[in-house]
Amino acid sequence: MELLEIKNLTVKNENNILFSGLNFKINRGDYLAIVGENGSGKTTLMNTILGLRKNYEGEIIFKSGLTKKDMGYLPQVTILKNDFPASCEEIVLSGLVSKMQHFFYTKEDKNACDKIMDKLDITHLKNKSYAEISGGQRQRVLLARALLATKDVIFLDEPVTGLDPHVTQDLYQIIKKLNDEGIAIVMISHDIKEVFKYATHILHIGNNIFYGTKEEYIKNDEYGRGL
Amino acid sequence: MTFFDYLKMDFVQYAIITTIFISLSSALLGVPLVLRRFSFIGDGLSHVAFFAMAIATALKVLFRRFNFNLTNDMIVIMPITIISAIMLLRTSNNSKIKGDQAIALISVGALSFGYLIMNMFPASGNVSQDVCTTLFGASSILTLSLSDVIISIALSIMVIIIFIIFYNKIFIVTFDESFAVATGVNANFYNLFLAVVTAIVIVLAMNLVGSLLISALIIFPVISSMRIFKNFKMVTISSSIISAVCATLGLIISIIQGTPVGSTIVAVNVVVFIIFYIIGLKA
Repeated sequence: MELLEIKNLTVKNENNILFSGLNFKINRGDYLAIVGENGSGKTTLMNTILGLRKNYEGEIIFKSGLTKKDMGYLPQVTILKNDFPASCEEIVLSGLVSKMQHFFYTKEDKNACDKIMDKLDITHLKNKSYAEISGGQRQRVLLARALLATKDVIFLDEPVTGLDPHVTQDLYQIIKKLNDEGIAIVMISHDIKEVFKYATHILHIGNNIFYGTKEEYIKNDEYGRGL
Repeated sequence: MTFFDYLKMDFVQYAIITTIFISLSSALLGVPLVLRRFSFIGDGLSHVAFFAMAIATALKVLFRRFNFNLTNDMIVIMPITIISAIMLLRTSNNSKIKGDQAIALISVGALSFGYLIMNMFPASGNVSQDVCTTLFGASSILTLSLSDVIISIALSIMVIIIFIIFYNKIFIVTFDESFAVATGVNANFYNLFLAVVTAIVIVLAMNLVGSLLISALIIFPVISSMRIFKNFKMVTISSSIISAVCATLGLIISIIQGTPVGSTIVAVNVVVFIIFYIIGLKA
Protein backbone atom coordinates (compact mmCIF):
# COMPACT_ATOMS: atom_id res chain seq x y z
CA MET A 1 0.00 0.00 0.00
CA GLU A 2 1.41 3.33 -1.04
CA LEU A 3 1.71 5.99 1.64
CA LEU A 4 3.64 8.75 -0.09
CA GLU A 5 4.64 9.50 -3.64
CA ILE A 6 7.30 12.05 -4.51
CA LYS A 7 6.99 13.24 -8.08
CA ASN A 8 9.56 15.24 -9.99
CA LEU A 9 10.81 17.01 -6.88
CA THR A 10 13.33 19.81 -7.32
CA VAL A 11 14.84 21.59 -4.32
CA LYS A 12 17.16 24.58 -4.44
CA ASN A 13 19.05 26.30 -1.71
CA GLU A 14 20.08 29.95 -1.95
CA ASN A 15 22.55 29.56 -4.80
CA ASN A 16 22.28 26.21 -6.48
CA ILE A 17 20.03 23.26 -7.20
CA LEU A 18 20.47 20.53 -4.58
CA PHE A 19 18.68 17.89 -6.60
CA SER A 20 16.10 17.88 -9.35
CA GLY A 21 13.57 15.52 -10.87
CA LEU A 22 13.49 13.24 -7.86
CA ASN A 23 10.90 10.42 -8.03
CA PHE A 24 10.21 7.78 -5.42
CA LYS A 25 7.51 6.12 -3.37
CA ILE A 26 7.12 5.05 0.22
CA ASN A 27 5.00 1.96 0.80
CA ARG A 28 3.74 0.45 4.02
CA GLY A 29 6.45 -1.78 5.47
CA ASP A 30 9.26 -0.17 3.45
CA TYR A 31 12.59 0.55 5.09
CA LEU A 32 14.03 3.35 2.99
CA ALA A 33 17.59 4.47 3.65
CA ILE A 34 18.52 7.90 2.34
CA VAL A 35 22.26 8.03 1.69
CA GLY A 36 24.66 10.45 0.01
CA GLU A 37 27.61 12.68 0.71
CA ASN A 38 27.61 15.49 3.26
CA GLY A 39 25.83 18.49 1.86
CA SER A 40 23.99 16.54 -0.83
CA GLY A 41 20.67 17.59 0.69
CA LYS A 42 19.47 14.54 2.65
CA THR A 43 18.12 16.56 5.57
CA THR A 44 16.74 19.19 3.21
CA LEU A 45 14.86 16.46 1.34
CA MET A 46 13.38 15.10 4.56
CA ASN A 47 12.44 18.58 5.75
CA THR A 48 10.73 19.25 2.43
CA ILE A 49 8.63 16.08 2.65
CA LEU A 50 7.71 16.94 6.24
CA GLY A 51 6.64 20.45 5.29
CA LEU A 52 9.44 22.21 7.21
CA ARG A 53 10.62 23.80 3.95
CA LYS A 54 8.12 25.44 1.69
CA ASN A 55 10.38 26.18 -1.25
CA TYR A 56 10.25 23.36 -3.80
CA GLU A 57 8.97 22.36 -7.20
CA GLY A 58 7.20 19.09 -7.89
CA GLU A 59 4.65 17.11 -5.97
CA ILE A 60 4.49 15.41 -2.59
CA ILE A 61 1.36 13.26 -2.62
CA PHE A 62 -0.18 11.73 0.51
CA LYS A 63 -1.95 8.44 -0.22
CA SER A 64 -4.08 5.82 1.55
CA GLY A 65 -5.70 8.44 3.79
CA LEU A 66 -2.38 9.54 5.25
CA THR A 67 -2.37 13.15 6.44
CA LYS A 68 0.23 15.51 7.86
CA LYS A 69 -1.03 14.61 11.32
CA ASP A 70 0.02 10.98 10.80
CA MET A 71 3.71 11.69 10.35
CA GLY A 72 6.21 10.41 12.88
CA TYR A 73 9.46 12.33 13.06
CA LEU A 74 12.68 12.03 14.98
CA PRO A 75 14.76 15.14 14.30
CA GLN A 76 18.52 15.44 14.35
CA VAL A 77 19.68 15.45 17.97
CA THR A 78 21.67 18.61 17.55
CA ILE A 79 18.63 20.83 17.06
CA LEU A 80 17.07 19.96 20.41
CA LYS A 81 17.78 21.75 23.65
CA ASN A 82 19.27 19.20 25.98
CA ASP A 83 18.73 21.26 29.13
CA PHE A 84 15.02 21.62 28.51
CA PRO A 85 12.95 21.13 31.68
CA ALA A 86 10.47 18.47 30.58
CA SER A 87 9.68 15.03 31.94
CA CYS A 88 9.93 12.13 29.50
CA GLU A 89 6.19 11.59 29.83
CA GLU A 90 5.51 15.20 28.80
CA ILE A 91 7.69 14.73 25.73
CA VAL A 92 6.20 11.40 24.65
CA LEU A 93 2.64 12.70 25.16
CA SER A 94 3.40 15.65 22.91
CA GLY A 95 3.36 13.16 20.03
CA LEU A 96 -0.44 13.43 20.22
CA VAL A 97 -0.47 17.22 20.09
CA SER A 98 -1.96 17.59 16.63
CA LYS A 99 -4.59 14.93 17.25
CA MET A 100 -5.91 16.10 20.60
CA GLN A 101 -9.66 16.73 20.69
CA HIS A 102 -9.69 18.98 23.74
CA PHE A 103 -7.24 21.42 25.22
CA PHE A 104 -5.72 18.72 27.39
CA TYR A 105 -4.74 15.09 27.03
CA THR A 106 -7.40 12.58 28.00
CA LYS A 107 -7.12 9.41 30.05
CA GLU A 108 -7.00 7.39 26.82
CA ASP A 109 -4.15 9.54 25.53
CA LYS A 110 -2.22 8.86 28.72
CA ASN A 111 -2.91 5.13 28.48
CA ALA A 112 -1.66 5.08 24.89
CA CYS A 113 1.45 6.91 26.07
CA ASP A 114 2.05 4.36 28.88
CA LYS A 115 1.67 1.49 26.43
CA ILE A 116 4.25 2.86 24.03
CA MET A 117 6.70 3.72 26.80
CA ASP A 118 6.33 0.16 28.00
CA LYS A 119 6.92 -1.17 24.50
CA LEU A 120 10.16 0.78 24.15
CA ASP A 121 11.22 -0.18 27.66
CA ILE A 122 11.33 3.35 29.02
CA THR A 123 8.54 3.20 31.62
CA HIS A 124 11.12 3.78 34.35
CA LEU A 125 12.01 7.13 32.74
CA LYS A 126 8.43 8.42 32.84
CA ASN A 127 8.98 11.06 35.53
CA LYS A 128 12.68 11.60 34.82
CA SER A 129 13.74 14.86 33.25
CA TYR A 130 14.88 14.90 29.63
CA ALA A 131 17.90 16.91 30.81
CA GLU A 132 19.06 14.10 33.09
CA ILE A 133 18.94 11.01 30.86
CA SER A 134 21.58 9.58 28.52
CA GLY A 135 21.78 10.10 24.77
CA GLY A 136 20.47 6.60 24.02
CA GLN A 137 17.56 7.06 26.39
CA ARG A 138 16.73 10.41 24.78
CA GLN A 139 16.51 8.77 21.37
CA ARG A 140 14.15 6.14 22.76
CA VAL A 141 11.97 8.85 24.27
CA LEU A 142 11.86 10.74 20.96
CA LEU A 143 11.15 7.49 19.10
CA ALA A 144 8.26 6.83 21.49
CA ARG A 145 6.92 10.29 20.75
CA ALA A 146 7.12 9.66 17.00
CA LEU A 147 5.42 6.30 17.49
CA LEU A 148 2.57 7.91 19.40
CA ALA A 149 2.11 10.35 16.52
CA THR A 150 1.90 7.73 13.77
CA LYS A 151 0.88 4.22 12.91
CA ASP A 152 2.21 4.45 9.38
CA VAL A 153 5.56 6.09 8.81
CA ILE A 154 8.50 7.38 10.85
CA PHE A 155 11.17 9.72 9.49
CA LEU A 156 14.52 9.56 11.26
CA ASP A 157 17.35 11.99 10.63
CA GLU A 158 20.65 10.39 11.64
CA PRO A 159 19.20 8.78 14.77
CA VAL A 160 22.40 7.13 16.00
CA THR A 161 24.72 10.15 15.85
CA GLY A 162 26.83 10.33 18.99
CA LEU A 163 25.62 7.06 20.50
CA ASP A 164 28.03 4.35 21.60
CA PRO A 165 28.12 1.12 19.51
CA HIS A 166 26.11 -0.95 21.95
CA VAL A 167 23.30 1.62 22.26
CA THR A 168 23.39 2.11 18.48
CA GLN A 169 22.73 -1.61 17.92
CA ASP A 170 19.85 -1.52 20.41
CA LEU A 171 18.26 1.40 18.60
CA TYR A 172 18.63 -0.30 15.20
CA GLN A 173 16.97 -3.42 16.65
CA ILE A 174 14.00 -1.43 17.97
CA ILE A 175 13.57 0.36 14.65
CA LYS A 176 13.75 -2.98 12.84
CA LYS A 177 11.09 -4.38 15.16
CA LEU A 178 8.77 -1.46 14.38
CA ASN A 179 9.40 -1.99 10.68
CA ASP A 180 8.50 -5.68 11.03
CA GLU A 181 5.18 -4.59 12.53
CA GLY A 182 4.42 -2.74 9.29
CA ILE A 183 5.53 0.82 10.02
CA ALA A 184 7.42 2.37 7.12
CA ILE A 185 10.85 3.67 8.09
CA VAL A 186 12.59 6.50 6.26
CA MET A 187 16.08 7.00 7.63
CA ILE A 188 18.95 9.29 6.80
CA SER A 189 22.23 7.62 7.61
CA HIS A 190 25.97 7.99 7.22
CA ASP A 191 26.51 4.46 8.35
CA ILE A 192 25.77 2.74 5.00
CA LYS A 193 27.10 -0.68 5.98
CA GLU A 194 24.96 -0.84 9.10
CA VAL A 195 21.79 0.48 7.52
CA PHE A 196 22.18 -2.04 4.67
CA LYS A 197 21.44 -4.85 7.07
CA TYR A 198 17.91 -3.58 7.51
CA ALA A 199 16.92 -1.41 4.54
CA THR A 200 14.61 -2.67 1.81
CA HIS A 201 15.04 0.37 -0.44
CA ILE A 202 17.84 2.84 -1.03
CA LEU A 203 17.64 6.44 -2.14
CA HIS A 204 21.03 7.87 -3.04
CA ILE A 205 21.17 11.58 -3.65
CA GLY A 206 24.06 13.65 -4.86
CA ASN A 207 25.50 14.13 -8.34
CA ASN A 208 23.80 10.92 -9.42
CA ILE A 209 20.41 9.97 -8.11
CA PHE A 210 19.50 6.36 -7.49
CA TYR A 211 16.24 4.94 -6.17
CA GLY A 212 15.46 1.25 -6.02
CA THR A 213 15.56 -1.85 -3.88
CA LYS A 214 18.66 -2.75 -1.96
CA GLU A 215 19.37 -5.63 -4.39
CA GLU A 216 19.25 -3.32 -7.40
CA TYR A 217 21.55 -0.90 -5.61
CA ILE A 218 24.15 -3.58 -4.92
CA LYS A 219 24.02 -4.78 -8.55
CA ASN A 220 24.50 -1.24 -9.79
CA ASP A 221 28.15 -0.86 -10.84
CA GLU A 222 28.54 2.64 -9.62
CA TYR A 223 27.38 2.13 -6.06
CA GLY A 224 27.59 -1.59 -5.47
CA ARG A 225 31.37 -1.72 -5.28
CA GLY A 226 32.72 -2.32 -1.83
CA LEU A 227 29.43 -3.39 -0.34
CA MET B 1 0.33 53.94 59.94
CA THR B 2 0.47 50.15 59.87
CA PHE B 3 0.27 48.08 56.71
CA PHE B 4 -3.34 47.24 57.54
CA ASP B 5 -4.23 50.89 57.48
CA TYR B 6 -2.72 51.09 54.00
CA LEU B 7 -4.72 48.04 52.95
CA LYS B 8 -7.96 49.93 53.57
CA MET B 9 -7.08 52.46 50.91
CA ASP B 10 -8.53 52.06 47.42
CA PHE B 11 -5.32 52.73 45.54
CA VAL B 12 -3.38 50.17 47.57
CA GLN B 13 -6.03 47.52 46.91
CA TYR B 14 -6.01 48.35 43.20
CA ALA B 15 -2.23 48.18 43.13
CA ILE B 16 -2.06 44.79 44.85
CA ILE B 17 -4.71 43.15 42.68
CA THR B 18 -3.22 44.54 39.47
CA THR B 19 0.26 43.49 40.55
CA ILE B 20 -0.81 39.91 41.14
CA PHE B 21 -2.46 39.59 37.72
CA ILE B 22 0.34 41.29 35.79
CA SER B 23 3.02 39.22 37.52
CA LEU B 24 1.10 35.99 36.83
CA SER B 25 0.81 36.70 33.12
CA SER B 26 4.40 37.87 32.77
CA ALA B 27 5.73 34.70 34.45
CA LEU B 28 3.61 32.44 32.23
CA LEU B 29 4.89 34.20 29.16
CA GLY B 30 8.43 34.02 30.50
CA VAL B 31 8.48 30.22 30.32
CA PRO B 32 8.42 29.91 26.51
CA LEU B 33 10.44 33.09 26.03
CA VAL B 34 13.31 31.94 28.23
CA LEU B 35 13.27 28.37 26.94
CA ARG B 36 13.36 29.51 23.32
CA ARG B 37 16.32 31.76 24.12
CA PHE B 38 14.15 34.78 23.40
CA SER B 39 14.85 36.56 26.69
CA PHE B 40 16.31 39.50 24.83
CA ILE B 41 13.22 40.03 22.73
CA GLY B 42 11.45 41.00 25.95
CA ASP B 43 14.24 43.42 26.71
CA GLY B 44 14.20 44.94 23.23
CA LEU B 45 10.44 45.31 23.29
CA SER B 46 10.49 47.11 26.61
CA HIS B 47 12.58 49.81 24.95
CA VAL B 48 10.06 49.99 22.15
CA ALA B 49 7.35 50.41 24.77
CA PHE B 50 9.33 53.35 26.18
CA PHE B 51 9.37 54.88 22.70
CA ALA B 52 5.64 54.24 22.35
CA MET B 53 5.05 55.87 25.71
CA ALA B 54 6.99 58.93 24.52
CA ILE B 55 4.79 59.12 21.41
CA ALA B 56 1.68 58.83 23.57
CA THR B 57 2.91 61.65 25.80
CA ALA B 58 3.71 63.83 22.78
CA LEU B 59 0.27 63.17 21.28
CA LYS B 60 -1.30 64.10 24.60
CA VAL B 61 0.55 67.40 24.56
CA LEU B 62 -0.43 68.04 20.94
CA PHE B 63 -4.07 67.10 21.44
CA ARG B 64 -4.32 69.30 24.52
CA ARG B 65 -3.54 72.26 22.29
CA PHE B 66 -6.68 71.41 20.35
CA ASN B 67 -8.66 70.89 23.55
CA PHE B 68 -8.85 67.16 22.94
CA ASN B 69 -8.05 64.80 25.76
CA LEU B 70 -6.27 61.53 25.11
CA THR B 71 -7.55 59.63 28.10
CA ASN B 72 -5.77 56.35 27.77
CA ASP B 73 -2.14 55.93 26.72
CA MET B 74 -2.61 52.27 25.92
CA ILE B 75 -4.49 53.03 22.70
CA VAL B 76 -1.23 54.40 21.31
CA ILE B 77 1.33 52.25 23.15
CA MET B 78 -0.24 48.86 22.53
CA PRO B 79 -0.36 48.88 18.69
CA ILE B 80 3.18 50.25 18.33
CA THR B 81 4.58 47.59 20.65
CA ILE B 82 2.57 44.76 19.10
CA ILE B 83 3.71 45.67 15.57
CA SER B 84 7.34 45.88 16.73
CA ALA B 85 7.00 42.50 18.43
CA ILE B 86 5.79 40.86 15.23
CA MET B 87 8.58 42.50 13.25
CA LEU B 88 11.22 41.41 15.76
CA LEU B 89 10.01 37.84 15.69
CA ARG B 90 10.00 37.80 11.91
CA THR B 91 13.59 39.02 11.71
CA SER B 92 14.78 36.54 14.30
CA ASN B 93 13.49 33.74 12.08
CA ASN B 94 15.29 34.55 8.85
CA SER B 95 16.65 37.74 7.47
CA LYS B 96 19.82 39.45 6.47
CA ILE B 97 19.96 41.24 9.81
CA LYS B 98 20.32 38.53 12.47
CA GLY B 99 18.00 38.43 15.45
CA ASP B 100 20.40 39.73 18.09
CA GLN B 101 21.53 42.57 15.83
CA ALA B 102 17.95 43.52 15.03
CA ILE B 103 17.09 43.61 18.73
CA ALA B 104 20.14 45.73 19.53
CA LEU B 105 19.31 48.17 16.73
CA ILE B 106 15.68 48.51 17.68
CA SER B 107 16.42 48.81 21.42
CA VAL B 108 18.86 51.70 21.22
CA GLY B 109 17.02 53.32 18.33
CA ALA B 110 13.74 53.28 20.23
CA LEU B 111 15.39 54.51 23.41
CA SER B 112 17.04 57.51 21.79
CA PHE B 113 14.04 58.52 19.69
CA GLY B 114 11.83 58.14 22.76
CA TYR B 115 14.06 60.47 24.75
CA LEU B 116 14.22 62.96 21.85
CA ILE B 117 10.44 63.05 21.55
CA MET B 118 10.00 63.49 25.29
CA ASN B 119 12.31 66.49 25.16
CA MET B 120 10.60 68.01 22.13
CA PHE B 121 7.12 67.69 23.61
CA PRO B 122 7.59 68.02 27.36
CA ALA B 123 4.48 66.95 29.26
CA SER B 124 5.61 68.74 32.38
CA GLY B 125 8.33 71.15 33.46
CA ASN B 126 10.54 68.29 34.61
CA VAL B 127 11.48 66.06 31.69
CA SER B 128 14.13 64.04 33.53
CA GLN B 129 11.54 63.17 36.15
CA ASP B 130 9.12 61.98 33.45
CA VAL B 131 11.82 59.92 31.76
CA CYS B 132 12.87 58.37 35.05
CA THR B 133 9.26 57.46 35.82
CA THR B 134 8.85 55.73 32.46
CA LEU B 135 12.14 53.86 32.74
CA PHE B 136 11.88 52.73 36.35
CA GLY B 137 8.15 52.80 36.97
CA ALA B 138 8.46 55.01 40.06
CA SER B 139 5.05 54.81 41.66
CA SER B 140 2.69 54.68 38.70
CA ILE B 141 1.21 51.42 39.98
CA LEU B 142 -0.09 53.36 42.99
CA THR B 143 -1.73 56.04 40.87
CA LEU B 144 -3.78 53.77 38.60
CA SER B 145 -7.30 54.86 37.81
CA LEU B 146 -10.13 52.34 38.02
CA SER B 147 -10.20 52.04 34.23
CA ASP B 148 -6.44 51.30 34.16
CA VAL B 149 -7.02 48.61 36.76
CA ILE B 150 -9.87 47.04 34.81
CA ILE B 151 -7.94 47.07 31.50
CA SER B 152 -4.83 45.59 33.13
CA ILE B 153 -6.75 42.83 34.87
CA ALA B 154 -8.85 42.01 31.80
CA LEU B 155 -5.80 41.75 29.54
CA SER B 156 -3.91 39.69 32.14
CA ILE B 157 -6.81 37.28 32.52
CA MET B 158 -6.99 36.98 28.74
CA VAL B 159 -3.28 36.13 28.58
CA ILE B 160 -3.62 33.55 31.36
CA ILE B 161 -6.68 31.86 29.79
CA ILE B 162 -5.13 31.69 26.33
CA PHE B 163 -1.94 30.31 27.83
CA ILE B 164 -3.89 27.54 29.59
CA ILE B 165 -5.91 26.71 26.47
CA PHE B 166 -2.81 26.49 24.27
CA TYR B 167 -0.59 25.01 26.97
CA ASN B 168 0.24 21.77 25.13
CA LYS B 169 0.77 23.52 21.80
CA ILE B 170 3.05 26.07 23.45
CA PHE B 171 4.99 23.21 25.01
CA ILE B 172 5.71 21.44 21.72
CA VAL B 173 6.46 24.61 19.75
CA THR B 174 8.88 25.61 22.52
CA PHE B 175 10.59 22.25 22.85
CA ASP B 176 10.76 21.12 19.25
CA GLU B 177 9.31 23.38 16.60
CA SER B 178 10.24 21.09 13.70
CA PHE B 179 8.38 18.15 15.21
CA ALA B 180 5.38 20.42 15.77
CA VAL B 181 5.38 21.57 12.14
CA ALA B 182 6.05 18.06 10.81
CA THR B 183 2.97 16.73 12.59
CA GLY B 184 0.78 19.53 11.30
CA VAL B 185 0.83 22.12 14.11
CA ASN B 186 0.64 25.67 12.77
CA ALA B 187 3.78 26.90 14.52
CA ASN B 188 3.66 30.30 12.78
CA PHE B 189 0.35 31.02 14.42
CA TYR B 190 1.71 30.23 17.88
CA ASN B 191 4.83 32.30 17.25
CA LEU B 192 2.68 35.23 16.21
CA PHE B 193 0.51 34.73 19.25
CA LEU B 194 3.60 34.66 21.45
CA ALA B 195 4.81 37.94 19.95
CA VAL B 196 1.47 39.67 20.48
CA VAL B 197 1.18 38.41 24.06
CA THR B 198 4.75 39.51 24.80
CA ALA B 199 3.89 43.01 23.65
CA ILE B 200 0.71 43.12 25.74
CA VAL B 201 2.45 41.88 28.87
CA ILE B 202 5.30 44.34 28.46
CA VAL B 203 2.97 47.30 28.13
CA LEU B 204 1.04 46.14 31.21
CA ALA B 205 4.20 45.54 33.21
CA MET B 206 5.53 48.98 32.36
CA ASN B 207 3.14 50.43 34.95
CA LEU B 208 4.50 48.06 37.51
CA VAL B 209 8.27 48.15 37.15
CA GLY B 210 9.01 50.62 34.36
CA SER B 211 10.38 49.71 30.96
CA LEU B 212 14.00 49.05 31.94
CA LEU B 213 13.13 46.43 34.54
CA ILE B 214 10.41 44.51 32.69
CA SER B 215 12.62 41.69 31.48
CA ALA B 216 13.49 40.95 35.10
CA LEU B 217 9.81 40.32 35.75
CA ILE B 218 9.63 37.97 32.77
CA ILE B 219 12.82 35.96 33.19
CA PHE B 220 13.70 35.80 36.91
CA PRO B 221 10.79 33.61 38.08
CA VAL B 222 11.41 31.13 35.26
CA ILE B 223 15.15 30.88 35.77
CA SER B 224 14.65 30.50 39.54
CA SER B 225 12.12 27.68 38.97
CA MET B 226 14.45 25.89 36.57
CA ARG B 227 17.06 25.60 39.34
CA ILE B 228 14.78 23.22 41.22
CA PHE B 229 12.09 21.85 38.93
CA LYS B 230 12.89 19.67 35.95
CA ASN B 231 9.59 19.32 34.18
CA PHE B 232 7.60 21.83 32.17
CA LYS B 233 4.40 21.76 34.20
CA MET B 234 6.17 22.34 37.53
CA VAL B 235 8.37 25.08 36.05
CA THR B 236 5.24 26.82 34.75
CA ILE B 237 3.33 26.53 38.05
CA SER B 238 6.32 27.47 40.18
CA SER B 239 7.16 30.50 38.00
CA SER B 240 3.64 31.84 38.39
CA ILE B 241 3.71 31.42 42.17
CA ILE B 242 7.21 32.90 42.56
CA SER B 243 6.30 35.82 40.33
CA ALA B 244 3.06 36.66 42.15
CA VAL B 245 4.64 36.28 45.60
CA CYS B 246 7.74 38.33 44.75
CA ALA B 247 5.76 41.12 43.10
CA THR B 248 3.24 41.39 45.94
CA LEU B 249 5.97 41.25 48.56
CA GLY B 250 8.02 43.86 46.69
CA LEU B 251 4.99 46.13 46.42
CA ILE B 252 4.19 45.82 50.14
CA ILE B 253 7.80 46.49 51.14
CA SER B 254 7.93 49.54 48.90
CA ILE B 255 4.68 50.93 50.35
CA ILE B 256 5.87 50.49 53.92
CA GLN B 257 9.47 51.55 53.38
CA GLY B 258 8.83 54.16 50.70
CA THR B 259 11.27 52.51 48.27
CA PRO B 260 10.71 52.59 44.47
CA VAL B 261 8.22 49.85 43.51
CA GLY B 262 9.93 48.44 40.41
CA SER B 263 13.40 48.02 41.82
CA THR B 264 12.05 46.60 45.08
CA ILE B 265 10.11 43.92 43.18
CA VAL B 266 13.17 43.04 41.09
CA ALA B 267 15.34 42.96 44.24
CA VAL B 268 12.96 40.43 45.84
CA ASN B 269 13.17 38.35 42.65
CA VAL B 270 16.96 38.42 42.82
CA VAL B 271 16.91 37.22 46.44
CA VAL B 272 14.54 34.37 45.54
CA PHE B 273 16.76 33.43 42.61
CA ILE B 274 19.81 33.20 44.91
CA ILE B 275 17.87 31.02 47.38
CA PHE B 276 16.64 28.70 44.60
CA TYR B 277 20.11 28.58 43.09
CA ILE B 278 21.60 27.37 46.38
CA ILE B 279 18.82 24.82 46.92
CA GLY B 280 19.34 23.65 43.33
CA LEU B 281 23.06 23.10 43.93
CA LYS B 282 22.33 20.86 46.91
CA ALA B 283 19.64 18.81 45.17
